[in-house]
Amino acid sequence: MYKKIAVLLLLISSSIYAQNSEIKGKIVDQNNIPILGANIFWQSTSIGTTSDENGLFTIKKSPETNSLLISYIGFNTQKIEVLDSKELNVKLIEVTTLNEVTVSKTLKSTRNSYTAVTNLQTMGQKELLKAACCNLSESFSTNPSIDVNFSDAVTGNKQIKMLGLTSPYILMTEENIPAIRGASQAYGLSFVPGTWVESIQITKGAGSVINGYESISGQINYEILKPINDIPFFVNAYGSMDGRFELNTHFNQKYSDKLSSTLFIHGNSRQTKNDMNNDGFLDNPIGKQVNILNRWQYNDVEKGIVSFFNVRYMKDDKQSGQVAFNPNIDKFTTNAWGSEIATEKVELSNKTGYVFPDMPYQSIGFQNSFQMNKQDSYFGLNQYNINQKSYYSNLIFNSIISNTKNKFATGINFTYDDYNENVVLNFAKDFSRIDNSVGAFFEYTYDNLDNFSLVAGARVDNHNRLGTFVTPRLHMRYNPWKNSVLRASVGRGKRAANIFAENQQLFASSRSFAILNNDGKLYGLNPEIAWNYGMSFSQSFKVFGMDSEIALDYYVTDFQNQAVVDLDYSPQQVLFYNLKGKSFANSLQAEFSIEPIKHLNVKSAYKFYDVQTQYTTEQLQRALQAKHRFFTNVAFETHIKDKGQQWKFDVTYNWLGEQRLPNTASNLPQYRLEEYATSFSVFNAQVTRTFSSVFEVYVGGENIGNYRQNNAIVGVDNPFGAYFDSSMVYGPIFGQMYYAGLRFKIK
Amino acid sequence: MKNIVLIVLVSFLSINGFAQEKKSKNKKVEFAVGGNCEMCQKRIEKAAFSVKGVKSANWHVDHKDIHLIIDETKCSITDVQNAIASAGHDAGKIKTKDEVYNDLHGCCKYERL
Repeated sequence: MYKKIAVLLLLISSSIYAQNSEIKGKIVDQNNIPILGANIFWQSTSIGTTSDENGLFTIKKSPETNSLLISYIGFNTQKIEVLDSKELNVKLIEVTTLNEVTVSKTLKSTRNSYTAVTNLQTMGQKELLKAACCNLSESFSTNPSIDVNFSDAVTGNKQIKMLGLTSPYILMTEENIPAIRGASQAYGLSFVPGTWVESIQITKGAGSVINGYESISGQINYEILKPINDIPFFVNAYGSMDGRFELNTHFNQKYSDKLSSTLFIHGNSRQTKNDMNNDGFLDNPIGKQVNILNRWQYNDVEKGIVSFFNVRYMKDDKQSGQVAFNPNIDKFTTNAWGSEIATEKVELSNKTGYVFPDMPYQSIGFQNSFQMNKQDSYFGLNQYNINQKSYYSNLIFNSIISNTKNKFATGINFTYDDYNENVVLNFAKDFSRIDNSVGAFFEYTYDNLDNFSLVAGARVDNHNRLGTFVTPRLHMRYNPWKNSVLRASVGRGKRAANIFAENQQLFASSRSFAILNNDGKLYGLNPEIAWNYGMSFSQSFKVFGMDSEIALDYYVTDFQNQAVVDLDYSPQQVLFYNLKGKSFANSLQAEFSIEPIKHLNVKSAYKFYDVQTQYTTEQLQRALQAKHRFFTNVAFETHIKDKGQQWKFDVTYNWLGEQRLPNTASNLPQYRLEEYATSFSVFNAQVTRTFSSVFEVYVGGENIGNYRQNNAIVGVDNPFGAYFDSSMVYGPIFGQMYYAGLRFKIK
Repeated sequence: MKNIVLIVLVSFLSINGFAQEKKSKNKKVEFAVGGNCEMCQKRIEKAAFSVKGVKSANWHVDHKDIHLIIDETKCSITDVQNAIASAGHDAGKIKTKDEVYNDLHGCCKYERL
């Protein structure tokens, strides 16, 4: 009896043994030298192994086949029929002539996607380096989709516009966490040093519902350098003729293969007082900024966990106004007109992502961010103080419905904003308030894996001032034929306008402020609501063998309600009121890019904007907005030599058609402006010399044609009189400006 | 006694056998699929997704293999291989019919092993 069992057990174990039996062997070349890393696998299976440094390998027998394939690059693949289990000795024969083909293609600095559903552009580091200076607001000067405005005469702030609408209508996120909003709307872009940024994603049109309901004309997301990929040390120094100096240093430390961190330190300063147009006012503010970010990254690839933790502190001080203004003596007096803006920012944020190990298409993400943005400022006798404390949290779950052709993202988010806001203008008022909202979203993505995809999303939010509302968004992509893409999008956006924070440049004027409505929950006004519709088409093709691309897009933003900012009722007043009638922004962009010879890229764009709003008096074109714009960027780089030496040249040309100026007809003749500002053009250029892969120097010039706006400040002879206004800036104030800088890395 | 031991032994073996064959809802599978280009990739992945239970399918042109995640309660590897083979691409041990292969676009005529 027991013998039988023993036999049975023996049989079982021997059968197991047979299944697990292994083939051993050695792989050598013609000279009997062992080959390391040769691939050994059973034909038509995924069972395989590689040889070790002695050419030895062990592979389990396959129940499916006896054909063993042995391959190694540069050698003929050998097929062996394995019939018994003795040791194999394989000699691989070298391929006598290896046909070497080098395929090289320079990656474009900005790429239009042909597969993304949204009209998405990614600006890589290469593009960001084209604008050597200095912060996020200036990074867009080589991108035709975004218009960088000229800094207003007092704050020196450069606002950006997309589809003819200013930055408050663009959702700006840092790694998908809403970052530049509320109190930081006006200056936030200048608080992000350019060297910190890894890439920028620009989405034209409604955008995704995942990050909120606020985006109307588009979304801009920027990614900060990731500690795990960063180099140990980086320094960038910059100096310009207008007295601006910047220093950026990055220190990276990798503690293990999982934990790494980078310390970013930025400082900038301008102490030279410039008054090139001799109007008695500084052309750009003097001041200084300290900006420190410490970023930690934890990566565990096996467990599927990625986590970031950021701590940031920023302090920025600016002074502007009359050259003679001394804040210690002249503040809040009429001795001299001056302004100071002091901003402090603290940020703590964390995001953690988890990918299910056996389901790579399923993940959970959790984002948390606490931000404090405090601004104390005065503009002549006007005072403006705002302190915003915000908390943002977002939980996202990504997965599929039956297969990866059908994906979805769903989740909830929570926003809390505590505003402490005080204005002292022609009236003094405390606008402090607490806003909070909670929302849930669902976004479905369909992709037929070929020529069509679709993203349909919706979210429901409950906001204490905006009420409960639904935000639908839809995007579609279709490739009608080869190398082409057609896109369409439609979506709704809703937002609370921070009328003072977003229009700070108006404080530097003698205009009196009035809010004409008082029944709304936002400064007496109602929420802004707009629908955005868009279409775009891109086609890449070859002209005489040269790579080229055309891109056309047309977008319509139609406001159902808007917090209208009316400068046309009277040059001595600014009115805020709910839209009565029509307000829309139509934009057309036609872009053509070509690579006539290798390493030379030319990109041109024509842009047409029709932006109109119903004001108290009449329906008017939006002031300080050119109806026609033309843009060209030419970039050339030489071949990179052995040690990394290279020259790079970049020229950007911008032409702006005439712009309507706010109505000044009722002013005394000497304080009147023309109805339209004349058209003009601006040239920027930059040359970079890379000496090695770790060291480069650049020089450049802005506004090389030296175009300057005359009478940038109205009523400059009496800044405390009724006609003073420094907000009507349509062109550069400072003339030609040249700069130089260097970048050094330790890899 | 004898019978009891046998029953225990057999039942033990069958449980063991069952455990080995437990069907996973997220089974990772890889096998070789012949092909050349992006057009092939679309055709192969489409064919894979046409099988109910295929959750994810990625064909790699450089390795000429497909990485699948399948729900084994709904389909088998052979189902997917059959679907890919009938679209014109040799999949694992299953070869496509010559006439289907001959109908492929010129650039898709991969080298058959």
